[in-house]
Amino acid sequence: MPMPLLGYLIRRIAATIPVMVVVALFVFSLLYIAPGDPASIIAGDQASPAEIERIRQSLGLDRPFLIRFAEWSWQILHADLGTSIFSGLPVSSLIAQRLEPTFSLMGLTIVIAVTVAVPVGVVAAWRAGTMIDRAIMLFAVFGFSVPVFVVGYGLAYLFAVRLEWFPVQGYSPIAGGFREWLKGISLPALTLSFSYIALIARVTRATMLEVLNQDFIRTARAKGLGEGAVLFTHALKNAAVPIVTVIGLGIALLIGGAVVTESVFSIPGLGRLTVDAILQRDYPVLQAVVLLFSFIFVLVNLAVDLVYILVDPRVRL
Amino acid sequence: MEAPAGGARELAPVSTATAPALPDIFRVRIASGGVLGFVRRHPAIATGVVLLAIVVLAAILAPLLWTVDPTALAPARRARPPSAVNWFGTDMLGRDIYSRVVYGARVSLIVGFSVAILSVLFGLAIGLVAGFVRPLESLIMRVMDGMMSIPPILLAITLMALTRGSVGNVILSITIAEIPRVSRLVRSVVLAIRERPYVEAAITSGTSVPMTIWRHILPNTLGPLTVQATHICASAMIIEAALSFIGAGTPPTTPSWGNIMAEGRALWQVKPFIILFPALFLSATVLAVNLVGDGLRDWLDPRAAKRV
Repeated sequence: MPMPLLGYLIRRIAATIPVMVVVALFVFSLLYIAPGDPASIIAGDQASPAEIERIRQSLGLDRPFLIRFAEWSWQILHADLGTSIFSGLPVSSLIAQRLEPTFSLMGLTIVIAVTVAVPVGVVAAWRAGTMIDRAIMLFAVFGFSVPVFVVGYGLAYLFAVRLEWFPVQGYSPIAGGFREWLKGISLPALTLSFSYIALIARVTRATMLEVLNQDFIRTARAKGLGEGAVLFTHALKNAAVPIVTVIGLGIALLIGGAVVTESVFSIPGLGRLTVDAILQRDYPVLQAVVLLFSFIFVLVNLAVDLVYILVDPRVRL
Repeated sequence: MEAPAGGARELAPVSTATAPALPDIFRVRIASGGVLGFVRRHPAIATGVVLLAIVVLAAILAPLLWTVDPTALAPARRARPPSAVNWFGTDMLGRDIYSRVVYGARVSLIVGFSVAILSVLFGLAIGLVAGFVRPLESLIMRVMDGMMSIPPILLAITLMALTRGSVGNVILSITIAEIPRVSRLVRSVVLAIRERPYVEAAITSGTSVPMTIWRHILPNTLGPLTVQATHICASAMIIEAALSFIGAGTPPTTPSWGNIMAEGRALWQVKPFIILFPALFLSATVLAVNLVGDGLRDWLDPRAAKRV
């Protein structure tokens, strides 16, 4: 590996550290800067003073901010995410139980979204200005506008309640058989992919439009290459960087959507854990989930960057 | 001379070093053809504006639109399907869904518009500081990077966990989640514009920073910020509904579209109409705002119209 490349890799990886520190500091300091007394809000309206005091101590609100933050960061770095106020269980084990459904949901969503959105975006750019293009772009606006829970109930009503093709809700683990797993997770993944498809298709179309105007595309056509080869090998390859970037950035959208989708389909994943945590005002759990999701987001985008350094020779220069 | 609307795409002549006239981007192309001509050329904006106007009117005139008290309970008439009396049916507590949906428009619009205005104002201020005060730039941008890696809904949920559910707190939470995107946009415009010869000339000849911002930076951010504001408005409406839907938003006593849907969740398989009507209104309103936003973007920057 050439030295400048290695140096770049190291700098890029190191750049994620301040981002994660800011996330941790932000999530942590909210407890201190929130208006009112967070301990009494978390404890609820009927809590006794003793209970509020117990929560204040368990959150460490009775000790100085910096000392508490140092302790807390130290624990996090040792994979100790704290203890749930509501259940008294370690947060890390609560999270571990919930990983599979959420990763299944998000993984299948990404697969569906990319396989649908990229070809659709390419076709829209190829036939720019025609009715096909307009229809695709109209769909994209709808994809941005219809909230994920509305899509979820719509699909569930049609395909699960009426047609009975899929189960209405719940999750069957992958250990219980691939077919059952796929059947259970398909509808939620379709739901979640809706806005993601809109996002990727729009960016694919935009980038492809720019690439298709370039000279090498004309050359490829002039030498008699078929349209399929021009579009998918020559043009799409050169449009890859912005498309892969938006797939990475869209993970944020996906995470937010997963929280809501899991509620609609009663999937016992991280999103459901988040919703339960907020209803019970279980702040340690919320803190951990936010940290974890942000960490995933940062990691995915790091991976995206690294992938194109390795794949695209132009970025290396 | 045509003002560089939005993205400022032409360099001003270096020799004269004068600022371009303030871009009155909202007037430039309405001139010909009157209202009909405008509608024909910008069907998306027109559709969005009309839809949005209907929702705004409905929200303002809610008491006059044959509604009843949206919080009035009628336990005897629970979960009734739509009828001549209750146009959209009644919910599990017998409240009239039509009235709740019409009043619910108020919450969505207030949240959407307030978040858009507040996050643009704060984001603008932060972006300007980051763009002009070099020592603070990297600190501010690192903080914004960190906040941007927290998914907005999750950030809003976390903030709501520490406050009591109210419309004001919902607005505040979503605003905090949206500020980083605005400030990034503003900073990138500042960095691009500051290098322009006419701005350099203005600074060299002693124009103060506030005057530079007022004359050169603000006019150039106006276009992109307006577009950004509409998209923030749309996303704030969705986030508010999502927060209320999962029980972390406006208090259950306030009729909001997310609350109505949250209350319909338990019965949605047998009484889908409880969810259907707020869902339709929410989707249509967000669609209207997005249409206006996309239309504005194409209008202010015709080159982008071809791209996206």
